[in-house]
Amino acid sequence: MQDMTMTNNSPAELTPPRSLWSLGWQRLKRDRVGFVSLWIVVAFLVVIALCWTRLLASNWGEEVAVPYAPPTWAKGEATAATNGATDANVLGGANGPIITLTPEEDPIGKDIEAARADAGKYQLKATVKADALFMGADVRGRSVVNKVLAGTSTSMLVGIFGALLSVLIGTCLGAFAGYFGRAVDDFLMWFYSVFTSVPDMLLLLAFAAVCGRGFLTLIMVLSFTSWTATFRLVRAEFMKHRSREYVQAADAIGASHLRRMFVHILPNISHLLLVQFSLLLVSLIKYEVILSFLGFGVSVRQVSWGSILGEVPAELMQGYWWQLLAVVIMMSLLVTAVSLLTDALRDALDPKVK
Amino acid sequence: MSQRDILLSIRDLRVAFRLEDGGRFEALKGINLDIPSNSTVALVGESGSGKSVTSMAIMRLLSDYGCEVDSASQILFEGRDLLRMPLAEMRKLRGHDITMIFQEPMSSLNPVFTVGDQIAETLMIHEGVGRAAAWQRAIELLQEVGLPEPEKRVRAYPHQLSGGQQQRVMIAIAIACNPKLLIADEPTTALDVTIQKQILELLANLQKKHGMSVLFITHDLGVVGEFADEVIVMRHGEIREQGPAQQVFEHPHDSYTKALIACRPKLDHRPQRLAVIEDFLKPEPYVPPTDRQRGYAQDDKIILDVQGLCVNFDVRAGLFRKRKFEAVKNVSFQLAHGRTLGIVGESGSGKTTVGLTLMRLRTAAAGKALFEGQDILAMDDKAFRPYKRRIQIIFQNPYASLNPRFTVSSILTEPMKLHGIGANAQEREAKARDLLNKVGLPAKTMEKYPHEFSGGQRQRIAIARCLALQPEILICDESVSALDVSVQAQVLNLLQDLQDEFKLSYLFISHDLAVVKHISDQVMVMNKGEVVEQANADDIYRAPGNDYTRRLLSSIPRGWTPSAELAGLPI
Repeated sequence: MQDMTMTNNSPAELTPPRSLWSLGWQRLKRDRVGFVSLWIVVAFLVVIALCWTRLLASNWGEEVAVPYAPPTWAKGEATAATNGATDANVLGGANGPIITLTPEEDPIGKDIEAARADAGKYQLKATVKADALFMGADVRGRSVVNKVLAGTSTSMLVGIFGALLSVLIGTCLGAFAGYFGRAVDDFLMWFYSVFTSVPDMLLLLAFAAVCGRGFLTLIMVLSFTSWTATFRLVRAEFMKHRSREYVQAADAIGASHLRRMFVHILPNISHLLLVQFSLLLVSLIKYEVILSFLGFGVSVRQVSWGSILGEVPAELMQGYWWQLLAVVIMMSLLVTAVSLLTDALRDALDPKVK
Repeated sequence: MSQRDILLSIRDLRVAFRLEDGGRFEALKGINLDIPSNSTVALVGESGSGKSVTSMAIMRLLSDYGCEVDSASQILFEGRDLLRMPLAEMRKLRGHDITMIFQEPMSSLNPVFTVGDQIAETLMIHEGVGRAAAWQRAIELLQEVGLPEPEKRVRAYPHQLSGGQQQRVMIAIAIACNPKLLIADEPTTALDVTIQKQILELLANLQKKHGMSVLFITHDLGVVGEFADEVIVMRHGEIREQGPAQQVFEHPHDSYTKALIACRPKLDHRPQRLAVIEDFLKPEPYVPPTDRQRGYAQDDKIILDVQGLCVNFDVRAGLFRKRKFEAVKNVSFQLAHGRTLGIVGESGSGKTTVGLTLMRLRTAAAGKALFEGQDILAMDDKAFRPYKRRIQIIFQNPYASLNPRFTVSSILTEPMKLHGIGANAQEREAKARDLLNKVGLPAKTMEKYPHEFSGGQRQRIAIARCLALQPEILICDESVSALDVSVQAQVLNLLQDLQDEFKLSYLFISHDLAVVKHISDQVMVMNKGEVVEQANADDIYRAPGNDYTRRLLSSIPRGWTPSAELAGLPI
């Protein structure tokens, strides 16, 4: 063909193919803040993976230290602050003067003697309880480090699966509403309006109160109340894209409605969904913390950031601050990292906005 | 040309953009040009030539981020270097001595202020006149740019005006302070051809009346031929040729300029193939091919017979009421096998709606479209399915019609997969490679994504996608309008080759009369949803039988016409 030689502004033939995702990845790598945030988030994900597979912090329930053992690096101050409590223990404890009966006077003295001879068999191995741990211990002497790691895992898993389910619900409903419009859109918008007319927190508490406590119900409750933002976003995007020429072209070559919706349009808004997912992740983690703090969250046998924070007010009254500190560090680190990563993702995947 | 005062001179202007991957892109590679006072200079180039960057550099509107102007560059305006002028002083020059109008009048005007406010603002800032006086002057200016009823229009908001009227308002703002230099960046590209003619005449008159200089930036050599004193041709950030208009049009020495002049379809003859830039870069001289004869013959088989097609749109009027808008009214035509029917019309004429309705992307209100005797508009979706692969469409914008998340390979194999062409994935891949080869793209681009191609290459991919279904009718909806002139010629040649090879029938929809003349056997002129005239292409252009057609044809930019110039005829 005569005009096969193309104009010279055609680098396409020389460079290796690059998808929009890989271009976005290149841009993200250039964003230093975003890239550091990404590594922090990845580190958190590794932690929860290890916790989930019981390789890390599976023994968070063991009482390894004395109650309220202070952090090792703050032992001096902490002892001074908690002296009053220890003194009270000593007074009411085993060190007081005990007046006993002589063996002759004791009606069960012989039995006790006999039992003492066997005592060796039943004796529990006296565990040596640490009087200080790296991040201290809680009321039952459980290690704060392990407890917070286990809590991180619970809170993040609730956040991740809640956000996934929420994005899934929002995307499906939004896709149908935006793509088909008319009656479908009207119906779904009414549904949406009813949902959003109830205050968020009220809806959340109502669901939580009805469904009872537990990990799975928490995920359900959070995603059922948080799909609305994704719905609105996806609906608008589908309305915009359905009249685009590439979708009309797909219609012209005979692609079905579902194919146009999920094979053609959906990949084109997938980057928005990723951003939406990370936004939701942060807000759902916060909601989980609030719910668990109020006692509507995870069951008593599980631990999460919220349930730890639930113990904190009472502890602070007595001056035990380390459990609060540990949770605050983890939570702010994660939330800040995810938020910064979200911003970086938006810039990297949708560069026209900048 | 006699030695005149130089108003603006650019010396060794180099501009580079920093790319996000750390590289640099040289947009201007040392430009030297002079704009004499009281004259019109046309800066012509295709996309990526750096013509707009030049104008932005003059206005100092290039952003500081990611843009580097070489320290040795100079832009002298009346002897003062604009690049080194303090910003406060530059601001005084902008809008007063140097003004600018842009391509899109709708997005250049602020939608929340009235037209009068926006003209008065310029006057109040630069001339220091009071509000009442500024409004009075605004009315005079609107009168000067030829807006009817200026007293009423001065209170109108931009959306209440048509595109041409909006551009007139932009011009009024630009000339409000009697500038010395007016930069017009593609001012007529977004406008219909009849409006384009009016705006060009207005600009030419204003230039003479105010004695200002106009720097006219455009991609279309044809537009500037009528009134430019000097022509500068740019390509890839370099000036290829500059000189008086007569010299550039009649005796161009640069091969690129020659190609630009030759590759635009002409109204007076129709070569077998259009010239492309490569023809002029070869050592041997370019020999124009023989002309091609066109027109329906008596024994042509009619493949598509459209009878009384009507399409209505609902326009919301008030809260609950809907008004019916008739986009296409009673349109009938016949498309012959292996021939091309051109549909021309201005925006709003309903030409695109006709194409989309035949693809069943719009619903017809009445009428039939008989494809081999079967009415494809009356069928249900299932019955239409086999016809879908026989009638295909190429859209206008190659940047929008390819799914950006698909590779070329999946774009080309998808239609085959949907219609069960090819036994398995390997076979379809092989067919896709053949198609790419057919449209002139190398097979190794199979795994690339659309954004990695230029506009012309993307349009080739879109054509290949249509060919995948081996259609009999191809609807080209403004398929070459978004492309540069030289690329346009390549794609038109490709379409012609494909028609010759596969005996395809084309429905070629365009607003560009010269392109339609070149490719069509028969031409149908549409206006406001109705067919105005339909006849063989040569007949209609030689002897238009209708007033509207005549007006349309007389608005086509004639390019450089030495005879008209010499005889002093109105152009």
